Amino acid sequence: MSATKDLTTEAAGVTPAAAAVEPVLDVDGVTLQYKTKEHLITATYRVSFQTYPADRFVILGPSGCGKSTLLKGIAGYLHPVEGEMRLKGNVIKDPGPDRCMVFQEFDQLLPWKTVMGNITFALLNGGKCETQAEAREIAYEYIRKVKLDRFEDTFPHMLSGGMKQRVAIARAMAMEPDVLLMDEPFAALDALTRRQMQEELLQLWDDTRFTVIFVTHSIEEAVIVGSRILIMSPHPGQVKAEVNAHLHTHDDVGGEDFRALQGRIHDMIFADRVLEEETQPQHV
Amino acid sequence: MTDTTTDIYIRPEFEVSKLETATNVDVERRLSLIERISNINAVRKFTILLGLVAIWEIYTRIGDVEPLLFPTFSDSAVVLWETLLSGLMLEKVWVSLYVLVLGYIAGVVLAAAFLVFAVMSRIGSDFLSTMTAMFQPLPAISLLPLAMLWFGLGVPSLVFVTIHSVLWAVALSTHTGFMQVSETLRMVGRNYGLRGIPYVFMILVPAAFASILTGLKVGWAFAWRTLIGAELVFGAASGEGGLGWMIYEKGDNLDTPYVFAALFAVIVIGLIVENLIFRNVEISTVQKWGMQR
Repeated sequence: MSATKDLTTEAAGVTPAAAAVEPVLDVDGVTLQYKTKEHLITATYRVSFQTYPADRFVILGPSGCGKSTLLKGIAGYLHPVEGEMRLKGNVIKDPGPDRCMVFQEFDQLLPWKTVMGNITFALLNGGKCETQAEAREIAYEYIRKVKLDRFEDTFPHMLSGGMKQRVAIARAMAMEPDVLLMDEPFAALDALTRRQMQEELLQLWDDTRFTVIFVTHSIEEAVIVGSRILIMSPHPGQVKAEVNAHLHTHDDVGGEDFRALQGRIHDMIFADRVLEEETQPQHV
Repeated sequence: MTDTTTDIYIRPEFEVSKLETATNVDVERRLSLIERISNINAVRKFTILLGLVAIWEIYTRIGDVEPLLFPTFSDSAVVLWETLLSGLMLEKVWVSLYVLVLGYIAGVVLAAAFLVFAVMSRIGSDFLSTMTAMFQPLPAISLLPLAMLWFGLGVPSLVFVTIHSVLWAVALSTHTGFMQVSETLRMVGRNYGLRGIPYVFMILVPAAFASILTGLKVGWAFAWRTLIGAELVFGAASGEGGLGWMIYEKGDNLDTPYVFAALFAVIVIGLIVENLIFRNVEISTVQKWGMQR
Protein backbone atom coordinates (compact mmCIF):
# COMPACT_ATOMS: atom_id res chain seq x y z
CA MET A 1 0.00 0.00 0.00
CA SER A 2 2.81 2.37 0.84
CA ALA A 3 4.43 1.50 -2.47
CA THR A 4 1.83 3.53 -4.35
CA LYS A 5 2.82 6.69 -2.56
CA ASP A 6 2.54 9.68 -4.84
CA LEU A 7 2.28 12.28 -2.16
CA THR A 8 3.33 15.81 -2.58
CA THR A 9 6.90 15.66 -1.36
CA GLU A 10 6.39 18.32 1.29
CA ALA A 11 4.22 16.03 3.38
CA ALA A 12 6.54 13.07 3.50
CA GLY A 13 9.47 12.88 5.87
CA VAL A 14 9.13 16.19 7.63
CA THR A 15 11.63 16.40 10.45
CA PRO A 16 10.71 18.17 13.68
CA ALA A 17 11.73 21.79 13.62
CA ALA A 18 13.48 21.68 16.98
CA ALA A 19 15.44 18.44 16.85
CA ALA A 20 17.25 19.30 20.08
CA VAL A 21 14.05 18.96 22.13
CA GLU A 22 13.49 15.53 23.67
CA PRO A 23 10.19 13.92 22.70
CA VAL A 24 7.68 13.21 25.46
CA LEU A 25 6.40 10.18 23.71
CA ASP A 26 8.30 8.07 21.23
CA VAL A 27 6.28 5.52 19.30
CA ASP A 28 8.70 3.28 17.51
CA GLY A 29 7.59 0.82 14.84
CA VAL A 30 4.52 -0.27 16.73
CA THR A 31 2.30 -3.05 15.43
CA LEU A 32 -0.87 -3.57 17.42
CA GLN A 33 -3.20 -6.52 17.09
CA TYR A 34 -6.39 -7.43 18.83
CA LYS A 35 -8.59 -10.49 18.73
CA THR A 36 -12.30 -10.69 18.15
CA LYS A 37 -14.12 -13.98 18.65
CA GLU A 38 -13.15 -15.17 15.19
CA HIS A 39 -10.40 -12.96 13.83
CA LEU A 40 -7.02 -11.60 14.70
CA ILE A 41 -6.98 -8.05 13.47
CA THR A 42 -3.90 -6.00 12.85
CA ALA A 43 -4.97 -2.52 13.79
CA THR A 44 -1.73 -0.67 13.19
CA TYR A 45 1.34 -1.73 11.28
CA ARG A 46 4.78 -0.37 12.18
CA VAL A 47 3.60 3.04 13.23
CA SER A 48 6.24 5.52 14.31
CA PHE A 49 5.93 9.07 15.48
CA GLN A 50 7.18 11.40 18.18
CA THR A 51 5.25 13.80 20.33
CA TYR A 52 7.07 16.81 21.74
CA PRO A 53 6.28 18.91 24.81
CA ALA A 54 3.24 21.17 24.42
CA ASP A 55 2.25 19.44 21.18
CA ARG A 56 -1.38 19.37 20.28
CA PHE A 57 -0.81 16.19 18.39
CA VAL A 58 -3.79 15.01 16.37
CA ILE A 59 -4.11 11.49 15.01
CA LEU A 60 -6.46 11.71 12.06
CA GLY A 61 -7.81 9.02 9.82
CA PRO A 62 -10.92 7.30 8.55
CA SER A 63 -12.61 4.69 10.69
CA GLY A 64 -10.68 1.42 10.71
CA CYS A 65 -7.28 3.06 10.56
CA GLY A 66 -6.49 1.95 14.09
CA LYS A 67 -6.22 5.41 15.58
CA SER A 68 -8.28 4.58 18.67
CA THR A 69 -6.41 1.28 19.07
CA LEU A 70 -3.16 3.18 18.83
CA LEU A 71 -4.30 5.51 21.60
CA LYS A 72 -5.28 2.53 23.76
CA GLY A 73 -1.81 1.14 23.14
CA ILE A 74 -0.25 4.39 24.34
CA ALA A 75 -2.55 4.30 27.37
CA GLY A 76 -1.19 0.83 28.12
CA TYR A 77 -4.37 -1.21 27.62
CA LEU A 78 -2.86 -3.04 24.65
CA HIS A 79 0.62 -4.40 24.22
CA PRO A 80 2.39 -4.07 20.88
CA VAL A 81 3.39 -7.28 19.12
CA GLU A 82 6.25 -5.41 17.49
CA GLY A 83 8.10 -2.21 18.34
CA GLU A 84 7.80 -0.23 21.54
CA MET A 85 6.43 2.97 22.97
CA ARG A 86 8.46 5.09 25.34
CA LEU A 87 7.15 7.80 27.59
CA LYS A 88 10.02 10.05 28.64
CA GLY A 89 12.38 7.19 27.87
CA ASN A 90 10.47 4.54 29.85
CA VAL A 91 8.82 1.71 27.95
CA ILE A 92 5.04 1.74 28.37
CA LYS A 93 3.80 -1.53 29.85
CA ASP A 94 0.56 -0.94 31.74
CA PRO A 95 -2.04 1.77 32.19
CA GLY A 96 -0.96 4.44 34.59
CA PRO A 97 -1.83 7.91 35.81
CA ASP A 98 1.09 9.45 33.89
CA ARG A 99 -1.09 9.12 30.79
CA CYS A 100 -4.68 10.19 31.46
CA MET A 101 -7.32 9.31 28.98
CA VAL A 102 -10.47 11.20 28.05
CA PHE A 103 -12.92 8.91 26.29
CA GLN A 104 -15.66 9.62 23.80
CA GLU A 105 -18.33 7.94 25.93
CA PHE A 106 -20.18 9.99 28.54
CA ASP A 107 -20.20 7.00 30.91
CA GLN A 108 -16.51 7.48 31.65
CA LEU A 109 -17.53 9.39 34.77
CA LEU A 110 -18.22 7.27 37.82
CA PRO A 111 -21.97 7.73 38.25
CA TRP A 112 -21.79 7.09 41.99
CA LYS A 113 -19.50 10.03 42.57
CA THR A 114 -20.16 13.74 42.29
CA VAL A 115 -18.18 15.99 39.96
CA MET A 116 -15.84 16.72 42.87
CA GLY A 117 -15.75 13.04 43.85
CA ASN A 118 -14.81 11.95 40.35
CA ILE A 119 -11.77 14.21 40.35
CA THR A 120 -10.64 13.52 43.92
CA PHE A 121 -11.05 9.79 43.19
CA ALA A 122 -8.47 10.12 40.42
CA LEU A 123 -6.13 12.31 42.47
CA LEU A 124 -6.17 10.01 45.50
CA ASN A 125 -5.97 6.66 43.70
CA GLY A 126 -3.56 7.94 41.06
CA GLY A 127 -1.12 8.80 43.83
CA LYS A 128 -1.15 12.53 43.14
CA CYS A 129 -2.56 13.52 46.52
CA GLU A 130 -2.26 12.05 49.97
CA THR A 131 -5.11 13.75 51.78
CA GLN A 132 -8.72 14.42 50.90
CA ALA A 133 -8.32 18.14 51.66
CA GLU A 134 -5.40 18.50 49.29
CA ALA A 135 -7.27 16.62 46.58
CA ARG A 136 -10.37 18.79 46.99
CA GLU A 137 -8.30 21.92 46.63
CA ILE A 138 -6.68 20.80 43.37
CA ALA A 139 -9.99 19.41 42.09
CA TYR A 140 -11.74 22.71 42.76
CA GLU A 141 -9.09 24.61 40.84
CA TYR A 142 -9.68 22.42 37.78
CA ILE A 143 -13.45 22.52 38.17
CA ARG A 144 -13.15 26.29 37.94
CA LYS A 145 -10.88 25.99 34.92
CA VAL A 146 -13.56 24.08 33.01
CA LYS A 147 -16.22 26.52 34.27
CA LEU A 148 -18.18 24.04 36.34
CA ASP A 149 -18.03 25.78 39.71
CA ARG A 150 -21.40 25.51 41.45
CA PHE A 151 -21.72 22.01 39.96
CA GLU A 152 -19.07 20.32 42.08
CA ASP A 153 -21.63 18.44 44.20
CA THR A 154 -23.78 17.38 41.26
CA PHE A 155 -23.96 13.75 40.17
CA PRO A 156 -22.99 13.06 36.54
CA HIS A 157 -26.47 12.02 35.44
CA MET A 158 -27.71 15.56 36.07
CA LEU A 159 -25.14 17.05 33.68
CA SER A 160 -25.39 17.61 29.94
CA GLY A 161 -23.07 15.79 27.56
CA GLY A 162 -20.79 18.78 27.17
CA MET A 163 -20.53 19.24 30.93
CA LYS A 164 -19.72 15.55 31.42
CA GLN A 165 -16.87 15.83 28.92
CA ARG A 166 -15.62 18.92 30.75
CA VAL A 167 -15.53 16.96 34.00
CA ALA A 168 -13.63 14.17 32.27
CA ILE A 169 -11.15 16.72 30.89
CA ALA A 170 -10.80 18.36 34.31
CA ARG A 171 -10.23 14.96 35.92
CA ALA A 172 -7.52 14.06 33.42
CA MET A 173 -5.87 17.50 33.56
CA ALA A 174 -5.90 17.62 37.36
CA MET A 175 -3.57 14.63 37.32
CA GLU A 176 -1.09 16.76 35.34
CA PRO A 177 -0.08 13.74 33.26
CA ASP A 178 2.96 13.69 31.00
CA VAL A 179 0.58 13.37 28.13
CA LEU A 180 -3.17 13.81 27.92
CA LEU A 181 -4.87 11.26 25.67
CA MET A 182 -8.20 12.21 24.08
CA ASP A 183 -10.17 9.66 22.10
CA GLU A 184 -12.66 11.60 19.98
CA PRO A 185 -13.79 13.43 23.11
CA PHE A 186 -16.22 15.71 21.31
CA ALA A 187 -17.61 13.26 18.74
CA ALA A 188 -20.81 12.57 20.69
CA LEU A 189 -21.60 16.25 21.22
CA ASP A 190 -23.87 18.45 19.12
CA ALA A 191 -22.14 20.76 16.66
CA LEU A 192 -22.56 23.96 18.70
CA THR A 193 -21.28 22.40 21.93
CA ARG A 194 -18.44 20.74 20.06
CA ARG A 195 -17.24 24.07 18.71
CA GLN A 196 -17.41 25.63 22.14
CA MET A 197 -15.49 22.73 23.67
CA GLN A 198 -12.78 23.00 21.02
CA GLU A 199 -12.36 26.66 21.85
CA GLU A 200 -12.22 25.95 25.57
CA LEU A 201 -9.67 23.20 25.06
CA LEU A 202 -7.45 25.61 23.13
CA GLN A 203 -7.84 28.18 25.91
CA LEU A 204 -6.87 25.61 28.53
CA TRP A 205 -3.87 24.71 26.42
CA ASP A 206 -2.91 28.36 26.21
CA ASP A 207 -2.98 28.52 30.03
CA THR A 208 -1.01 25.41 30.90
CA ARG A 209 0.65 24.20 27.69
CA PHE A 210 0.02 20.53 28.36
CA THR A 211 0.93 17.85 25.85
CA VAL A 212 -2.11 16.26 24.29
CA ILE A 213 -2.71 13.50 21.79
CA PHE A 214 -6.10 13.94 20.24
CA VAL A 215 -7.79 11.34 18.05
CA THR A 216 -10.45 12.44 15.61
CA HIS A 217 -11.93 11.59 12.24
CA SER A 218 -12.97 15.14 11.47
CA ILE A 219 -10.50 16.99 9.27
CA GLU A 220 -11.86 20.34 10.37
CA GLU A 221 -11.50 19.48 14.04
CA ALA A 222 -7.98 18.22 13.40
CA VAL A 223 -6.94 21.49 11.79
CA ILE A 224 -8.56 23.61 14.49
CA VAL A 225 -7.39 21.65 17.52
CA GLY A 226 -4.06 20.32 16.33
CA SER A 227 -0.66 21.91 16.11
CA ARG A 228 0.57 18.86 14.26
CA ILE A 229 -1.50 16.27 12.48
CA LEU A 230 -0.60 12.64 11.90
CA ILE A 231 -2.60 11.22 9.05
CA MET A 232 -3.17 7.49 8.99
CA SER A 233 -4.38 5.20 6.26
CA PRO A 234 -6.56 2.22 7.05
CA HIS A 235 -6.38 -1.60 6.91
CA PRO A 236 -4.00 -1.88 8.61
CA GLY A 237 -3.30 1.54 10.09
CA GLN A 238 -0.09 3.05 8.81
CA VAL A 239 1.38 6.50 8.96
CA LYS A 240 0.65 8.38 5.79
CA ALA A 241 1.87 11.85 6.61
CA GLU A 242 2.49 14.42 9.27
CA VAL A 243 1.50 18.02 8.65
CA ASN A 244 1.69 21.24 10.64
CA ALA A 245 -1.48 23.02 11.61
CA HIS A 246 -0.27 25.24 14.44
CA LEU A 247 -1.26 28.40 12.56
CA HIS A 248 -4.92 27.53 12.35
CA THR A 249 -7.67 28.03 14.91
CA HIS A 250 -11.37 28.81 14.86
CA ASP A 251 -10.60 32.34 13.73
CA ASP A 252 -9.61 31.35 10.23
CA VAL A 253 -12.07 28.56 9.53
CA GLY A 254 -12.99 29.02 5.90
CA GLY A 255 -9.89 31.14 5.26
CA GLU A 256 -7.82 30.37 2.18
CA ASP A 257 -4.89 28.67 3.95
CA PHE A 258 -7.24 26.74 6.19
CA ARG A 259 -9.19 25.45 3.23
CA ALA A 260 -6.03 24.60 1.35
CA LEU A 261 -4.73 22.52 4.24
CA GLN A 262 -8.10 20.87 4.69
CA GLY A 263 -8.14 20.05 0.98
CA ARG A 264 -4.64 18.63 1.08
CA ILE A 265 -5.52 16.36 3.99
CA HIS A 266 -8.76 15.39 2.35
CA ASP A 267 -6.93 14.33 -0.79
CA MET A 268 -4.49 12.20 1.17
CA ILE A 269 -7.29 10.33 2.89
CA PHE A 270 -9.42 10.16 -0.19
CA ALA A 271 -6.59 8.74 -2.31
CA ASP A 272 -6.61 5.73 -0.03
CA ARG A 273 -10.29 5.19 -0.33
CA VAL A 274 -10.11 4.99 -4.12
CA LEU A 275 -7.25 2.56 -3.86
CA GLU A 276 -9.20 0.44 -1.44
CA GLU A 277 -12.25 0.26 -3.67
CA GLU A 278 -10.07 -0.86 -6.55
CA THR A 279 -8.29 -3.57 -4.66
CA GLN A 280 -11.15 -4.91 -2.60
CA PRO A 281 -12.93 -7.13 -5.18
CA GLN A 282 -9.79 -9.15 -5.84
CA HIS A 283 -9.74 -10.39 -2.26
CA VAL A 284 -13.33 -11.51 -2.24
CA MET B 1 -40.73 9.10 -13.47
CA THR B 2 -42.66 12.17 -14.40
CA ASP B 3 -40.82 15.13 -15.79
CA THR B 4 -42.59 17.64 -13.61
CA THR B 5 -40.36 19.05 -10.91
CA THR B 6 -41.56 21.09 -7.99
CA ASP B 7 -39.91 24.47 -7.73
CA ILE B 8 -38.96 25.84 -4.36
CA TYR B 9 -41.50 28.38 -3.22
CA ILE B 10 -39.43 31.32 -2.09
CA ARG B 11 -41.11 33.32 0.66
CA PRO B 12 -40.09 36.55 2.31
CA GLU B 13 -37.95 36.26 5.45
CA PHE B 14 -39.13 37.63 8.75
CA GLU B 15 -37.97 38.18 12.27
CA VAL B 16 -40.18 38.85 15.26
CA SER B 17 -39.05 42.02 16.98
CA LYS B 18 -40.83 41.44 20.28
CA LEU B 19 -42.27 38.15 21.54
CA GLU B 20 -45.76 38.45 23.01
CA THR B 21 -46.21 37.31 26.58
CA ALA B 22 -48.35 34.24 27.20
CA THR B 23 -51.42 35.53 29.03
CA ASN B 24 -54.28 33.13 28.52
CA VAL B 25 -52.47 29.87 29.43
CA ASP B 26 -50.87 28.73 32.67
CA VAL B 27 -47.16 28.50 32.03
CA GLU B 28 -46.83 26.53 35.25
CA ARG B 29 -49.73 25.38 37.39
CA ARG B 30 -49.88 23.43 40.63
CA LEU B 31 -51.84 20.19 40.25
CA SER B 32 -55.11 19.87 42.16
CA LEU B 33 -55.15 18.18 45.57
CA ILE B 34 -56.73 14.99 44.24
CA GLU B 35 -54.22 14.78 41.43
CA ARG B 36 -51.37 15.22 43.88
CA ILE B 37 -52.68 12.64 46.35
CA SER B 38 -53.33 10.09 43.64
CA ASN B 39 -49.75 10.56 42.49
CA ILE B 40 -48.49 9.10 45.76
CA ASN B 41 -47.66 5.44 45.22
CA ALA B 42 -48.41 4.35 48.77
CA VAL B 43 -51.86 5.91 48.70
CA ARG B 44 -52.88 4.05 45.56
CA LYS B 45 -51.50 0.72 46.78
CA PHE B 46 -53.05 1.10 50.22
CA THR B 47 -56.43 1.75 48.62
CA ILE B 48 -56.17 -1.57 46.79
CA LEU B 49 -55.34 -3.31 50.07
CA LEU B 50 -58.33 -1.73 51.81
CA GLY B 51 -60.55 -2.89 48.97
CA LEU B 52 -59.32 -6.49 49.30
CA VAL B 53 -59.83 -6.47 53.06
CA ALA B 54 -63.37 -5.13 52.60
CA ILE B 55 -64.23 -7.87 50.11
CA TRP B 56 -62.88 -10.53 52.52
CA GLU B 57 -64.81 -9.15 55.51
CA ILE B 58 -68.07 -8.81 53.58
CA TYR B 59 -67.77 -12.26 52.00
CA THR B 60 -67.10 -14.07 55.29
CA ARG B 61 -69.93 -12.21 57.07
CA ILE B 62 -72.63 -12.39 54.40
CA GLY B 63 -71.68 -15.69 52.79
CA ASP B 64 -72.33 -18.90 54.72
CA VAL B 65 -68.70 -19.58 55.51
CA GLU B 66 -67.53 -21.98 58.20
CA PRO B 67 -65.35 -19.77 60.48
CA LEU B 68 -63.13 -22.73 61.36
CA LEU B 69 -62.08 -22.94 57.70
CA PHE B 70 -62.13 -19.26 56.81
CA PRO B 71 -62.35 -16.75 59.65
CA THR B 72 -63.33 -13.14 59.08
CA PHE B 73 -60.64 -10.55 58.62
CA SER B 74 -61.54 -8.92 61.91
CA ASP B 75 -61.15 -12.20 63.86
CA SER B 76 -57.72 -12.77 62.36
CA ALA B 77 -56.71 -9.18 63.05
CA VAL B 78 -57.84 -9.47 66.66
CA VAL B 79 -55.79 -12.66 67.12
CA LEU B 80 -52.79 -10.96 65.55
CA TRP B 81 -53.18 -8.06 67.98
CA GLU B 82 -53.57 -10.38 70.98
CA THR B 83 -50.57 -12.51 70.09
CA LEU B 84 -48.55 -9.35 69.59
CA LEU B 85 -49.54 -8.13 73.04
CA SER B 86 -48.91 -11.47 74.70
CA GLY B 87 -45.47 -11.64 73.13
CA LEU B 88 -46.15 -15.00 71.45
CA MET B 89 -45.99 -13.54 67.95
CA LEU B 90 -42.82 -11.54 68.60
CA GLU B 91 -41.18 -14.66 69.97
CA LYS B 92 -42.04 -16.64 66.82
CA VAL B 93 -40.93 -13.75 64.59
CA TRP B 94 -37.68 -13.53 66.51
CA VAL B 95 -36.95 -17.26 66.12
CA SER B 96 -37.55 -17.08 62.34
CA LEU B 97 -35.67 -13.83 61.81
CA TYR B 98 -32.69 -15.08 63.80
CA VAL B 99 -32.28 -18.12 61.52
CA LEU B 100 -32.95 -15.99 58.47
CA VAL B 101 -30.35 -13.33 59.26
CA LEU B 102 -27.80 -16.04 60.08
CA GLY B 103 -28.39 -17.81 56.77
CA TYR B 104 -28.63 -14.58 54.78
CA ILE B 105 -25.36 -13.14 56.03
CA ALA B 106 -23.53 -16.45 55.57
CA GLY B 107 -24.97 -16.73 52.04
CA VAL B 108 -23.92 -13.21 51.07
CA VAL B 109 -20.42 -13.64 52.49
CA LEU B 110 -19.99 -16.93 50.60
CA ALA B 111 -21.29 -15.28 47.41
CA ALA B 112 -18.78 -12.44 47.82
CA ALA B 113 -15.93 -14.93 48.22
CA PHE B 114 -16.99 -16.84 45.09
CA LEU B 115 -17.33 -13.56 43.18
CA VAL B 116 -13.90 -12.24 44.05
CA PHE B 117 -12.51 -15.57 42.91
CA ALA B 118 -14.58 -15.32 39.72
CA VAL B 119 -13.35 -11.81 38.90
CA MET B 120 -9.71 -12.69 39.49
CA SER B 121 -9.49 -15.71 37.25
CA ARG B 122 -11.18 -17.31 34.30
CA ILE B 123 -11.42 -20.68 36.08
CA GLY B 124 -13.15 -18.92 38.97
CA SER B 125 -15.61 -17.37 36.60
CA ASP B 126 -16.28 -20.72 34.92
CA PHE B 127 -16.65 -22.39 38.30
CA LEU B 128 -19.16 -19.82 39.47
CA SER B 129 -21.27 -19.91 36.34
CA THR B 130 -21.35 -23.73 36.40
CA MET B 131 -22.32 -23.80 40.06
CA THR B 132 -25.05 -21.17 39.67
CA ALA B 133 -26.38 -22.94 36.59
CA MET B 134 -26.61 -26.16 38.63
CA PHE B 135 -28.00 -24.86 41.90
CA GLN B 136 -30.08 -21.84 40.87
CA PRO B 137 -32.94 -23.96 39.41
CA LEU B 138 -32.82 -26.36 42.37
CA PRO B 139 -35.37 -25.38 45.04
CA ALA B 140 -33.36 -24.99 48.24
CA ILE B 141 -36.12 -26.73 50.19
CA SER B 142 -35.42 -29.93 48.28
CA LEU B 143 -32.11 -30.12 50.11
CA LEU B 144 -33.91 -30.18 53.46
CA PRO B 145 -34.08 -34.01 53.81
CA LEU B 146 -30.32 -34.21 53.22
CA ALA B 147 -29.71 -31.36 55.62
CA MET B 148 -31.79 -33.16 58.26
CA LEU B 149 -29.64 -36.26 57.79
CA TRP B 150 -26.41 -34.31 58.05
CA PHE B 151 -27.21 -31.69 60.68
CA GLY B 152 -30.23 -33.12 62.51
CA LEU B 153 -33.50 -31.39 63.33
CA GLY B 154 -32.43 -27.94 64.33
CA VAL B 155 -31.13 -24.51 63.44
CA PRO B 156 -28.11 -25.75 61.42
CA SER B 157 -30.38 -27.52 58.91
CA LEU B 158 -32.53 -24.41 58.50
CA VAL B 159 -29.46 -22.22 58.06
CA PHE B 160 -28.10 -24.65 55.48
CA VAL B 161 -31.17 -24.44 53.23
CA THR B 162 -31.39 -20.67 53.74
CA ILE B 163 -27.79 -20.26 52.62
CA HIS B 164 -28.57 -22.24 49.51
CA SER B 165 -31.52 -20.05 48.66
CA VAL B 166 -29.49 -16.82 49.02
CA LEU B 167 -26.07 -17.76 47.72
CA TRP B 168 -26.85 -18.59 44.10
CA ALA B 169 -29.35 -15.81 43.54
CA VAL B 170 -26.92 -13.17 44.83
CA ALA B 171 -23.92 -14.68 43.05
CA LEU B 172 -25.73 -14.98 39.74
CA SER B 173 -27.09 -11.48 39.53
CA THR B 174 -23.91 -9.87 40.87
CA HIS B 175 -21.84 -11.79 38.35
CA THR B 176 -24.17 -10.69 35.57
CA GLY B 177 -23.88 -7.13 36.88
CA PHE B 178 -20.08 -7.29 36.81
CA MET B 179 -20.09 -8.53 33.23
CA GLN B 180 -22.25 -5.58 32.21
CA VAL B 181 -19.88 -2.95 33.59
CA SER B 182 -18.83 -0.92 30.58
CA GLU B 183 -15.37 -1.26 29.12
CA THR B 184 -14.92 2.50 29.50
CA LEU B 185 -15.44 2.43 33.28
CA ARG B 186 -13.06 -0.50 33.58
CA MET B 187 -10.42 1.39 31.62
CA VAL B 188 -10.95 4.51 33.75
CA GLY B 189 -10.37 2.45 36.89
CA ARG B 190 -7.17 0.98 35.54
CA ASN B 191 -6.04 4.36 34.23
CA TYR B 192 -6.01 5.73 37.79
CA GLY B 193 -4.04 2.80 39.10
CA LEU B 194 -6.69 0.46 40.52
CA ARG B 195 -5.87 -3.27 40.51
CA GLY B 196 -7.08 -6.40 42.28
CA ILE B 197 -9.42 -6.15 45.27
CA PRO B 198 -9.57 -2.31 45.33
CA TYR B 199 -10.57 -2.44 41.65
CA VAL B 200 -13.40 -4.86 42.46
CA PHE B 201 -14.74 -2.79 45.35
CA MET B 202 -14.18 0.70 43.94
CA ILE B 203 -15.23 0.12 40.33
CA LEU B 204 -17.09 -3.15 39.78
CA VAL B 205 -19.26 -3.18 42.92
CA PRO B 206 -20.63 0.37 42.67
CA ALA B 207 -20.97 0.13 38.88
CA ALA B 208 -22.96 -3.11 39.20
CA PHE B 209 -24.82 -2.01 42.30
CA ALA B 210 -28.24 -2.06 40.65
CA SER B 211 -27.79 -5.75 39.80
CA ILE B 212 -26.31 -6.51 43.21
CA LEU B 213 -29.32 -4.95 44.88
CA THR B 214 -31.67 -6.98 42.69
CA GLY B 215 -29.75 -10.10 43.70
CA LEU B 216 -29.98 -9.20 47.38
CA LYS B 217 -33.72 -8.61 47.03
CA VAL B 218 -34.35 -11.85 45.17
CA GLY B 219 -32.10 -13.68 47.63
CA TRP B 220 -34.01 -12.21 50.55
CA ALA B 221 -37.37 -13.30 49.09
CA PHE B 222 -36.04 -16.81 48.36
CA ALA B 223 -34.59 -17.09 51.85
CA TRP B 224 -37.78 -15.99 53.59
CA ARG B 225 -39.89 -18.40 51.55
CA THR B 226 -37.50 -21.30 51.99
CA LEU B 227 -37.23 -20.74 55.70
CA ILE B 228 -40.98 -20.58 56.31
CA GLY B 229 -41.36 -23.65 54.11
CA ALA B 230 -38.68 -25.55 56.01
CA GLU B 231 -40.24 -24.63 59.33
CA LEU B 232 -43.48 -26.21 58.16
CA VAL B 233 -41.65 -29.52 58.11
CA PHE B 234 -40.25 -29.22 61.60
CA GLY B 235 -39.86 -26.47 64.15
CA ALA B 236 -36.47 -25.85 65.61
CA ALA B 237 -35.32 -28.41 68.16
CA SER B 238 -37.10 -28.61 71.54
CA GLY B 239 -40.41 -27.46 70.06
CA GLU B 240 -39.28 -23.84 69.81
CA GLY B 241 -40.53 -23.17 66.29
CA GLY B 242 -40.75 -19.97 64.25
CA LEU B 243 -43.57 -18.58 62.15
CA GLY B 244 -43.69 -21.54 59.77
CA TRP B 245 -43.99 -23.94 62.66
CA MET B 246 -46.80 -21.78 64.12
CA ILE B 247 -48.70 -21.94 60.84
CA TYR B 248 -48.38 -25.73 60.75
CA GLU B 249 -49.17 -26.30 64.43
CA LYS B 250 -52.20 -24.01 64.58
CA GLY B 251 -53.54 -25.34 61.29
CA ASP B 252 -53.34 -28.83 62.72
CA ASN B 253 -55.37 -27.72 65.74
CA LEU B 254 -57.94 -25.88 63.57
CA ASP B 255 -56.96 -22.57 65.20
CA THR B 256 -57.48 -20.95 61.81
CA PRO B 257 -57.41 -17.30 62.97
CA TYR B 258 -53.92 -18.00 64.34
CA VAL B 259 -52.87 -19.37 60.96
CA PHE B 260 -54.03 -16.17 59.30
CA ALA B 261 -52.34 -14.07 61.96
CA ALA B 262 -49.06 -15.89 61.32
CA LEU B 263 -49.48 -15.47 57.57
CA PHE B 264 -50.03 -11.74 58.12
CA ALA B 265 -46.81 -11.59 60.06
CA VAL B 266 -44.94 -13.35 57.23
CA ILE B 267 -46.37 -10.91 54.69
CA VAL B 268 -45.81 -7.80 56.81
CA ILE B 269 -42.18 -8.68 57.48
CA GLY B 270 -41.71 -9.23 53.75
CA LEU B 271 -43.25 -5.85 52.99
CA ILE B 272 -41.21 -4.04 55.62
CA VAL B 273 -37.92 -5.43 54.38
CA GLU B 274 -38.81 -4.74 50.75
CA ASN B 275 -40.39 -1.31 51.14
CA LEU B 276 -38.45 0.15 54.02
CA ILE B 277 -35.00 -1.39 53.95
CA PHE B 278 -34.35 -2.17 50.29
CA ARG B 279 -36.34 0.81 49.03
CA ASN B 280 -34.33 3.24 51.13
CA VAL B 281 -31.05 1.67 50.10
CA GLU B 282 -32.18 2.06 46.50
CA ILE B 283 -33.13 5.70 46.95
CA SER B 284 -29.83 6.61 48.57
CA THR B 285 -27.72 4.74 46.03
CA VAL B 286 -28.74 3.72 42.53
CA GLN B 287 -31.52 6.30 42.26
CA LYS B 288 -29.34 9.10 43.53
CA TRP B 289 -26.68 8.06 41.01
CA GLY B 290 -29.18 8.02 38.14
CA MET B 291 -28.66 4.31 37.44
CA GLN B 292 -32.29 3.49 38.08
CA ARG B 293 -35.45 5.56 37.84
